[in-house]
Amino acid sequence: MIQTALIMMGVGIFAGIAGSILGIGGGMIITPILALGMGLNIKYAIGASIIAVIATSSGSTIAYLRDNVLNLRVAMFLEIATTTGAISGALLTGVLDPKYLYLLFGCLLVFSGWNMYRKLRQGQEVLQRVEPDRIATKLKLNGTYYDKAEMKDVDYQVENVPAGFTVMFGAGVASGLLGIGSGAFKVMAMDTFMKMPLKPSSSTSNLMMGVTAAASATVYFFNGSILPGIAVPMALGILGGAVIGSRIMQILPARWIRIVFIPIILYIGLQMLFKGLGVHF
Amino acid sequence: MQEKQVATAKEMAQVETIIGRILQVGVIVSAIVMLIGLVIFLVTGQSGYPGSTMPLSMGAILVGTWHLKAYAIMMLGTYCLILTPVLRVVVSIYAFYKERDHLYVAITTLVLFILLFALIIGVHGD
Repeated sequence: MIQTALIMMGVGIFAGIAGSILGIGGGMIITPILALGMGLNIKYAIGASIIAVIATSSGSTIAYLRDNVLNLRVAMFLEIATTTGAISGALLTGVLDPKYLYLLFGCLLVFSGWNMYRKLRQGQEVLQRVEPDRIATKLKLNGTYYDKAEMKDVDYQVENVPAGFTVMFGAGVASGLLGIGSGAFKVMAMDTFMKMPLKPSSSTSNLMMGVTAAASATVYFFNGSILPGIAVPMALGILGGAVIGSRIMQILPARWIRIVFIPIILYIGLQMLFKGLGVHF
Repeated sequence: MQEKQVATAKEMAQVETIIGRILQVGVIVSAIVMLIGLVIFLVTGQSGYPGSTMPLSMGAILVGTWHLKAYAIMMLGTYCLILTPVLRVVVSIYAFYKERDHLYVAITTLVLFILLFALIIGVHGD
């Protein structure tokens, strides 16, 4: 029993560090480890992963708020889209064929991976437009964050608000309907579509993930999907890992984070495309 | 224009510090409760419930916690953790209100209502 608890804590620390740096929920890391690695029933694996998402989000958001990395206005504005999306997704279960969603989101992620690769090649992280975006200015979405790697304040402007909002709605639908952590979509909406720098994108995604997940977490909580013996040591590990990860992320050059992010986003994208095409491994 | 932007950034930093503090308290409280439950579970070797069952209603969890049953305390801690993001939204509304940012008071309140709606569907939907 102590052994299980220690393993879960270890898995949690790892997932917490990775999740908080990349802005993706721990689900992608936790679910396969629990379901495939430890042979846990998929119901409990999903229950644990939703707790993982919340733990990653809450553990890392403390540092990201204090150190002024994330953008609270962008988070709250886009949260309208993700939460309504999540509800629509949950209501659409059984009505909409998830196949097309897998295909659509798979394509989007692969496109986003390609776009991130291009940004990496250009070697330019922050794009300043001469003409400020009208909607972004009206909603006060433009921001500044302190980059500990470059040791300076970085001003940035937000663009394509409607496109970002739409992708966020989709991210919500996906998490409600497909039950997948939509962290990767959130980072994509901000980084690829709204042209936010990677660090604010990842930390804002971290904050948002928790809010979106809290809605569905209560369902899992009361229907018995959460095994305390598994979820609790894991959540404690994740909280610790996320506190560490949110410090590491700030001193890492954005470029490195992007280098790690690209293969992951491509992997999730291709996995979804295959799922949509009905290919199983 | 420049001055206004500086003011917004400074206000934002204040708002974020307040939310960060409260969130920190919420996270620490839930971590401590989970940890107490886990320690009891590991020391006694008993979950306090037969087989692989666990308390699934708020009443059962609170009664179990009162009797220091490991799983009940662990579930209570987990539930506190689930509420931390909701707490974040509530505190954000207050913080934006303090900064007299009415637009974002409205936006964040809307988010809270959507979230509560989802929680209600969640509890009854399954």
